[in-house]
Amino acid sequence: MLNKIYRLVAPRQFEPFIIEEKICEDTVIVRPTFLSICHADQRYYTGSRDKAVLRKKLPMALIHEGIGEVVKDYSGQFSSGERVIIVPNTPMESDKIIAENYLSSSLFRSSGYDGLMQEYVFARSDRLVRVLDNVPSNVAAYTELISVSFHSIKRLKRVMNSDQEIFGIWGDGNLGYITANLLKGLFPHSKLYVFGKNEDKLNFFSFADKVFTIDEIPDDLMISQAFECVGGSGSYFAIQQIIKHIKPQGSIAIMGVSENPVEINTRMVLEKGLTISGTSRSSALDFQETIDFLSTHSIERKRFENLVGIESKINNINDLHDFFEAEFANTWGKAIMEWNL
Amino acid sequence: MIYAHIMAGGIGKRMGNIPLPKQYLTLGNKPIIVHTVEKFVLNSDFNLIIVSTPENWINYTIEIFEKNNLTDERIRIIAGGDERNDTLSKAIQYISDTNGIFDDDVIVAHDAVRPFLTKKIIDDNIKASKNFSAIDTVIPAYDTIVKGDGNEVHEIPVRDIMYQGQTPQTFNIKKFQECFKKLSDSERLTLSDSCKIMLLGGERVGMVEGDSSNIKITTPYDLKIANSIIEYGHTAQ
Repeated sequence: MLNKIYRLVAPRQFEPFIIEEKICEDTVIVRPTFLSICHADQRYYTGSRDKAVLRKKLPMALIHEGIGEVVKDYSGQFSSGERVIIVPNTPMESDKIIAENYLSSSLFRSSGYDGLMQEYVFARSDRLVRVLDNVPSNVAAYTELISVSFHSIKRLKRVMNSDQEIFGIWGDGNLGYITANLLKGLFPHSKLYVFGKNEDKLNFFSFADKVFTIDEIPDDLMISQAFECVGGSGSYFAIQQIIKHIKPQGSIAIMGVSENPVEINTRMVLEKGLTISGTSRSSALDFQETIDFLSTHSIERKRFENLVGIESKINNINDLHDFFEAEFANTWGKAIMEWNL
Repeated sequence: MIYAHIMAGGIGKRMGNIPLPKQYLTLGNKPIIVHTVEKFVLNSDFNLIIVSTPENWINYTIEIFEKNNLTDERIRIIAGGDERNDTLSKAIQYISDTNGIFDDDVIVAHDAVRPFLTKKIIDDNIKASKNFSAIDTVIPAYDTIVKGDGNEVHEIPVRDIMYQGQTPQTFNIKKFQECFKKLSDSERLTLSDSCKIMLLGGERVGMVEGDSSNIKITTPYDLKIANSIIEYGHTAQ
């Protein structure tokens, strides 16, 4: 079946391509409807990735956060018109020990494998998760990012000690907000401290018990467990502060992606007996659990609706450029495309 | 109701000495007509998808659809007419015989040899049919259009208001019938564009933006271009 996809061929340059798609008995054809942009997409669009990486990965359709409507299902599991999330992680094998989102053989949309900027997405049935009725499309569109945070919390729960008194979150951006919101729903009796650079952004965290700007953290403040949601060059400073303010034998979940290696004060990690876990991708099961969470937690769901900043209709390639540029200039919130291409 | 009509009534005089009518030639891994009908099958707005082929090629069409797993209960394969308007009229007659024709019924007519149309073009046609009696899918004329007799230029219209017509063309069926009735026999033979029939009948015809890739494959050169457009697979490395 012929399909039109919109690939980034060079920084700030999209071109349509026509692909002849293969269909098998497990194929589900999905029409993308609401798509969300992530920092990784923006790094490709602006050309801020390493040149060798761009040479290797492009041309490629961007976007790995999004939902669509089923238009034809060869697997017999979905009905036409059902809203589904398209899980970007695509495992090519299964392993008894290693989860699908950590297998190096897995493909990932908009990272060496075409993303969701397509007329139709030809998906495997196991890569689709139904969107429950009470979850709005503009929130469901960025389930991927929420599910990564959800997965990270699950992993931390597995390794952390029993101290759930205070969770500390470093990062006042989208990921910090998402993680804080999930923690509030999953650990309603714990205290939530958020640490950020920008007071205006910290004001969004009205549900946190305390917020701190990172240059005004009391010396004697201690937290039970921590999440790093900063990324980039800020990761170094965030991790340094976390190690300083976390109680001995606490656990740290790292989620901020950094292009360059980040130094960690291992002496203090050893001295305090800290546990560190890392996550940037989630599995289909995490998506399912995230959608269930969104459906059953109405207050948290409302907060996720509030996180949507830019919403644009995309009718042509010029609209795409306007959207990517507007998102680049935006300092807060998730940007959502209503996909009509 | 909304009907799709894929017009494959011709036998491709311009394709040269070829064993098959142009709509059955292979593009990528399938016959052109299969690609085109597949695009309509993915749209749930259509109540029926009528495919008009030359009478002698109806069975062949059924067989290649089956062979390519193109199965959809809405597909009907019927005989086309000698000319474009006859083919459209026969499809309308089929609808009339099957379901009857009602005031809001719309037909989205598309050339079988334009397999690169997009969902957006189909959706835009359907949407615009709420406001117009007919819709033409067009792209801006990038080349200057020259009017003449082949020997001498008579007029060079302002390019900014020139467009090239593609398909789909969409019609309110009842209004098309009314306009078609008003034509003389000679007009019916010479009018190759169905939207023009609507204009001559005094109806408003809307425009929907087409796509430069929505090409019509009528010559061996077109087929070569079409085949070179298609790519296979999604992995970038």
